[in-house]
Amino acid sequence: MKKEEVPHDKKIIHGEDNSLVKVLYVTDQQGKYETTKYEGWDAENLAMSQAWDDIDDRIAQTREKVIRGEVSPIAYYMEKNLMDLPTLASYVGSWKFFVKKHLTPSGFKKLNAAKLKKYADIFNIRVEELTHFKG
Amino acid sequence: MKIEHFQHKQSAHCESGVTLGLLQHYGIQLSEPLIFGIGAGYFFGHLPFIKVSGVPGTTFRIWPGYIFKRVCKELGVKMKVESFSGKEKGMQALDAALQAGRPVGMQTSVFYLSYFPPAYRFHFNGHNLIAYGKEGDDYLISDPVMETVTRLSAADLEKARFAKGFPAPNGRMYYPVLTKPDFDLPNAIRRGIKKTCWFMLSSPPPFFGIHGIRFLGRKIKKYPVKLEPRRAALFVGNIIRMQEEIGTGGGGFRFLYAAFLQEAAQYLNNAALLEASNEMTRIGDAWRNFAFAAARVMKDRSGNLASYDELGEMLIQLADREKKFFTHLKTLV
Repeated sequence: MKKEEVPHDKKIIHGEDNSLVKVLYVTDQQGKYETTKYEGWDAENLAMSQAWDDIDDRIAQTREKVIRGEVSPIAYYMEKNLMDLPTLASYVGSWKFFVKKHLTPSGFKKLNAAKLKKYADIFNIRVEELTHFKG
Repeated sequence: MKIEHFQHKQSAHCESGVTLGLLQHYGIQLSEPLIFGIGAGYFFGHLPFIKVSGVPGTTFRIWPGYIFKRVCKELGVKMKVESFSGKEKGMQALDAALQAGRPVGMQTSVFYLSYFPPAYRFHFNGHNLIAYGKEGDDYLISDPVMETVTRLSAADLEKARFAKGFPAPNGRMYYPVLTKPDFDLPNAIRRGIKKTCWFMLSSPPPFFGIHGIRFLGRKIKKYPVKLEPRRAALFVGNIIRMQEEIGTGGGGFRFLYAAFLQEAAQYLNNAALLEASNEMTRIGDAWRNFAFAAARVMKDRSGNLASYDELGEMLIQLADREKKFFTHLKTLV
């Protein structure tokens, strides 16, 4: 890529500037490589904001489901921390099978204080935020 | 406690940047492209069965840790590479190394690196950074993709080093122990090029190297049939993100490699490598065009068969082009 072709498109995501000034290898007029700095370009900005739209949707949907009593607050915080079942299971250090149960309201009710604390620590929240879900 | 004379240098890619920072501290001055090339960082892989948030993984670089190890080996640098099962031990070992005056490279998850803009903070576990000191509860961090040095709390660093998921860093840390003043740079360059040719041409099909590019090309064509439009767009978006992954400007490390070939031409006194560098730049531009086209398809979201077909075709052509390129490059060294 030639230096004069380097794009400078700011990364606006969630209404905020998320740009990161990065180094890029480009050619000068003689075709010799040098470095320049840039903030991003439309294609990657679009890909990133699309990924966030998907995550935001999933979080919002899971929140509704918790309120309707279909899934447990753990399911909500799992989405909020951008985790999936296998990742969460490896953080908990137990089988997916067990963690899956904790994602249901009935399985969640059976959790003891130690287990709840463990989940709260993984999600970096207080235990009350799990037991008294406000979203 | 702060390691004196440690110099931060912003780089395009995290691992070549960390390797540069660490070696530079011990007086080995190499440019980032040279490190990337000698470390054989250029790669391609598409692994449909490894899913991150339900999206199949694509990579444009070699697996984490490879560049550092390879460059050290080639330059006769003794290094120490450690992983840990326990967090405490991992943090103690870091403190001990810093105490001994050694800057330490580490593999981390971006999700816990609070100095990144929030939108960047995904569970991406292949990020490398350097710690060069500790003040109170904060580590002094030189992250090569950042413009300046930064800080990170011990709690965050611990989480980042012991993040779970793929590829799990397991507290992995590494640093040079003993450097050799004399090394055969031209030979290291030659061997680096050969290795990359091997990775790209001779990796077992279908997931890696040029086979992987073709494989992904065939897969993309089927996305609109197999997936709902929204998922299809997400899958394509992820390819762009991996291609763009911090500082590659749409070339998926291809521009960095072209810069390497240009330097290699000088060190090896081989004008043919200069021509190869030009072709690599054009290949990088072609990848950039692919990202443009992919972004258009993504925006459209109609799941139009013809447009996905076009994207797939672009990749298959890129595979042919890279095959031709590396087959030729192999004969030059």
